[in-house]
Amino acid sequence: MSTVSEPINLSLPGGVDTGLSQKQLAEKYGLTVSGKRPGLFAYTKQLWGRRHFIVAFATARLVAQYTTAKMGQLWQVVTPLLNCAVFYLVFGLILKGNSVPKYIAWLCIGVFIFQFIQSAIQSGTRAISDNLGLIRALHFPRACMPVAFTVIQLQQLLISMVVLVVIVLANGLYPALTWLELIPALALLCFFNTGLALIMARIGSKTSDISQLMPFVLRTWMYLSGVMYSIQDRVQNWPGIVQKLADVNPASVYMDLIRHAMAPSIYSKADYPDNYQHLTPHVWALAVGWAVVAFAVGYVFFWKSEEEYGRG
Amino acid sequence: MADTTMITDRDERDARAVAQAKETRVPTVVVDDVHIIYKVHGASAGKGSATSALSRLISRKRSPAITEVHAVRGISFTAYKGEAVGLIGSNGSGKSTMLSAIAGLLPTAKGAIYTNGQPSLLGVNAALMDDLTGERNVVLGCLAMGMSPAQVKERYQDIVDFSGINEKGQFINLPMRTYSSGMAARLRFSIAAAKTHDVLLIDEALSTGDQAFQRRSEDRIRELRKEAGTVFLVSHNNNAIRDTCERTIWIETGKLIMDGPTDEVVGMYERGERP
Repeated sequence: MSTVSEPINLSLPGGVDTGLSQKQLAEKYGLTVSGKRPGLFAYTKQLWGRRHFIVAFATARLVAQYTTAKMGQLWQVVTPLLNCAVFYLVFGLILKGNSVPKYIAWLCIGVFIFQFIQSAIQSGTRAISDNLGLIRALHFPRACMPVAFTVIQLQQLLISMVVLVVIVLANGLYPALTWLELIPALALLCFFNTGLALIMARIGSKTSDISQLMPFVLRTWMYLSGVMYSIQDRVQNWPGIVQKLADVNPASVYMDLIRHAMAPSIYSKADYPDNYQHLTPHVWALAVGWAVVAFAVGYVFFWKSEEEYGRG
Repeated sequence: MADTTMITDRDERDARAVAQAKETRVPTVVVDDVHIIYKVHGASAGKGSATSALSRLISRKRSPAITEVHAVRGISFTAYKGEAVGLIGSNGSGKSTMLSAIAGLLPTAKGAIYTNGQPSLLGVNAALMDDLTGERNVVLGCLAMGMSPAQVKERYQDIVDFSGINEKGQFINLPMRTYSSGMAARLRFSIAAAKTHDVLLIDEALSTGDQAFQRRSEDRIRELRKEAGTVFLVSHNNNAIRDTCERTIWIETGKLIMDGPTDEVVGMYERGERP
């Protein structure tokens, strides 16, 4: 047995460090405050280092999502189709108030794109709270979570796009050079969505009440964005400011871009002199602007609270 | 007798630790007068009703259901490279809270914790993804810790073998929700232990595994220490502490009672004495 008579403190520094205070000791050996948020640049570097994790996580989630359903990943295609069918029944057949040319293509593009934005927001809100186990167990930049969820939504959108192409072709629209616009348009939309998901992830991690409120906010946004009818036709008699707001609404901007890319004739006066749709002026500038602003604001906003996710 | 050699081994180990304390050592974790206060939501009795929530919103008062728990009250110590430190104390004494704070998962109300690199916390409650297979969890866990896909491929078989998950069939291909708590804990430990950590914090994670696994983990902890890491171990199994740690910190009601060579501290703790 060791003797208790000579008490030795294993905690105190020995040798040349004898007598240093704890703070001095930490400084001398370059120790950092535990759990401190890294700088924005270092954070971005860490996040880039986890890119394989983000992709692997997204793929694993996507597979796991449907493991309990018998039809499996077929639901990825069936769900948006059912959505389109419901809207077509209500707005296309029952209300019949639509003068939009190629209405089925118009509607389906709107539904699929809005769905993409909506699910990015919804999964962003739950990105932190649904993965507390992982967050508390392992250390990685927390932005991986909302970004991974946006990647999941993107994978789903790409599957939906294949379905969309079939619908558009069946609606009597043929591939044109404008289809190439889809690539930059979807890329911008991805940045916009990632930004939204990051913002919602921080808000959702603090206030769980927000997930109760979101369905209402999103439904209002959907009806204001003209997913299933032309919002331009509806706000013609409203004050100028309302028309402006309807024009800059990011959901409308991205939907218009993709509708114009896939079905340019809808916006052509020559093809449909009576009921052609107007493309919002400067639509590309607006799309770029929204993508940059949402992504930059979301990224910084999320990073600002990095050390607090999963605490308490 | 094997038992007596073990004990002399331990005595030697503790004596070595005491001798080393007089020399210059490299600190890895510095805990400087730390206080930790939990805010617990929904703690007070009843009154979660809609009307009380509404009146709270209107009167702009903070929720009365928030109770403050002063879990750690002014603890200071320094841990050095190559040390394995045991944390003991009764239930609710603040051991696990201390570990979470070192891992940077809990904010300190007062004082500061300085660490070398990012400590990794390994606890029983830390779930990975239950609806995914063990295989996916291994890959994801390794990637999340910052390994490259090539490194993951290289280590994968070692991790699975170490965990012993496949000893009773191809469990690695089943979702983790089908695992027993011991199996899940083993897999988690195996994933976390696959990487060299500067500071590894283990919270009761070993107690769920069986004998063979506990031995393997103790060996792995020794290896991690040789790779110049520092290991903290919280356990109610005093023998596990005796076998793995040469230094032990005894915490009671958030205060440091004793900090010294394991046999001395654990001995006092078991006899119910106070220094």
